[in-house]
This record gives sequence, structure tokens and C-alpha cells, in this order.
Amino acid sequence: MKVIVNISLKEGVLDPEGQAIKTSLSNLGFENLNDVRTGKQIILNFVNLEENEAVLEAKKMCEDLLVNSVIEKYKINILRN
Amino acid sequence: MRSGVTIFPGSNCDRDIIVALKNITGKAPIKMWHKDTEFPNLDLIVIPGGFSFGDYLRCGALAARSPVIKNIKNHISRGGAVLGICNGFQILIEAGILPGSLIRNKKLLFTCRDTMLEIQNTIKSPFLSGLKKEHHLNIPVAHNEGNFFASETLLNELKNDGRIAFKYIKEVNNNTDYNPNGSSNDIAGILSKNGRVLGMMPHPERAINNLYGGTDGLKFLTKSFEQIIG
Repeated sequence: MKVIVNISLKEGVLDPEGQAIKTSLSNLGFENLNDVRTGKQIILNFVNLEENEAVLEAKKMCEDLLVNSVIEKYKINILRN
Repeated sequence: MRSGVTIFPGSNCDRDIIVALKNITGKAPIKMWHKDTEFPNLDLIVIPGGFSFGDYLRCGALAARSPVIKNIKNHISRGGAVLGICNGFQILIEAGILPGSLIRNKKLLFTCRDTMLEIQNTIKSPFLSGLKKEHHLNIPVAHNEGNFFASETLLNELKNDGRIAFKYIKEVNNNTDYNPNGSSNDIAGILSKNGRVLGMMPHPERAINNLYGGTDGLKFLTKSFEQIIG
């Protein structure tokens, strides 16, 4: 079973990559943007775990390694086949 | 002085600091491979610059969970000194040894150039107590993620507790672009609560010979080592 972790920067943390993308989009004529924020996605493929166990394990992984809680927040979703 | 230098896959400033340690103290440091856990007691551990584990996930994140880190934490609890340079600073933060975060440079550029550092009024620290505050240090930086970021609360705490070691400052006639990465309050390096752990983005080991363009790094390292064993 796959669990998807979406990690993004917290509000108020500078995202220079997002800003650069926004500038580039503006140059292409996309003017209706207030802000662009980037993030990353991690797909965890679990074996032998129930859904709730997998989510709990993913949460612990986020806290131990995957997420820097000083600057980042995360959301966990289950990918059902 | 008994010293050690950690080596992770992707460390690339290890040789430079090993040369500096050997030249200054007359004794070669031991090399501390990231998987090793048994080391003799040391006075100083240096975590050198580089791109440990390819900067995967976040700079320093994977190195900070390596077996050698446990030894570094024990060394710190014994009162040992630790110097983290560039990626070493990122690793110290990721390991929770120093607070805050080092995020992408404001202008999205990998910055490699000289910076002028002002020594701050700090708590007692072997890394700074041998230096005169009015003498600024010209030491180069080379990084992509050196933008020190912290909450207002933490920034105030670091200032009030005397834990800001260095700030980037403007030189006379220099342009306004003196802060190379956009770091909060121009912070270039911070100390632990006991003053014996220093994390800094600039590379003192790259300023130890006039052929490198300067010797302020040599001055900084020499004075630090004197204080550590003194």
C-alpha cells in the first residue's frame, strides 16, 4: 500500500524557488498569480501494514527525518489502488 | 590538541581542514568515518563542508542521522568542542545540536566569494575569546543553502544569550550586497548554549595561506585551537 507525504514550506518561510517560478510565469503572460509555493512529495510503499498502521508509521518517519518542522509542514494521504 | 574530522559520503572540505589542523597543531587529526562509532576522547571535532549524501532530502538531514553523530553528542556532553563549517553547520542544525534552519539563498544562487565577518559580543567561547572584536575577518563562503532562518523569538533569544558568533558586515566602499545569502540579521555563525559548539557558513580552512587569498582563517583557527587546549 502506498502512502503519499506532501511536504511544503510553512507560511512566512521564504520560498525563493517559488518566487523565481512566479516571475517566469509572469514573463509568459500568466498574470493572475498572487504567490507560488513549492514543495516535495515522498511516496512510501509499505508492505504488511494496515492503513492506520501505515499512516502512523509515516507520521513517525516525518517527525524523525522527512520533515524539518522548523520550516516545513506535511500532509499524509493514502493512495488506494 | 587531539582532534577529529568527520567524513561523510560527499564531504569535500575534509582534506583542507585536515591540512589546517596538522599545520597549526603539528598533529594530524583522526578521520571519523560516518559509520564508525568508537573513537578516543578528543578535544575538538570538526564537521567539514561538502555535500554529504548529495544534499538529498535537505542539506545535512541524512548525515545528521548517521551513527557518528551519537559520538559527537557524547563528546559535546563531556564538554568537548565542535566546529561545523558550511555543510557541517547544516548537519549540526539538522541533528538538533544548534537551533534554527538554513534555507536556500535568497537569490537562488550558489554563492562563492569572500565575506567580511564581524565578531559579536558572545558568551565565553573558545572559538572567539582569543580574537579582538575590532578586527574583522575576511573569510570566503561557498554555499547554496546558508540563509539562516529562525522565528523572531529564537532570533531574540540568540542575541540576548550572546550566541550569535559572526555577522556579515559591509566593508568600506563595498556594495550593499554584503550579506551573501539573505540570512536573518546577517547571521553567519551561531554558538551552542555552553559556547563550545560553533556552526558557521564561511570556510576558515580556505583562508590559511596568502596563496589562497588571505590568512584570516588561519588566525581564527590558530586562536581557537589555543583556547581549546588552554
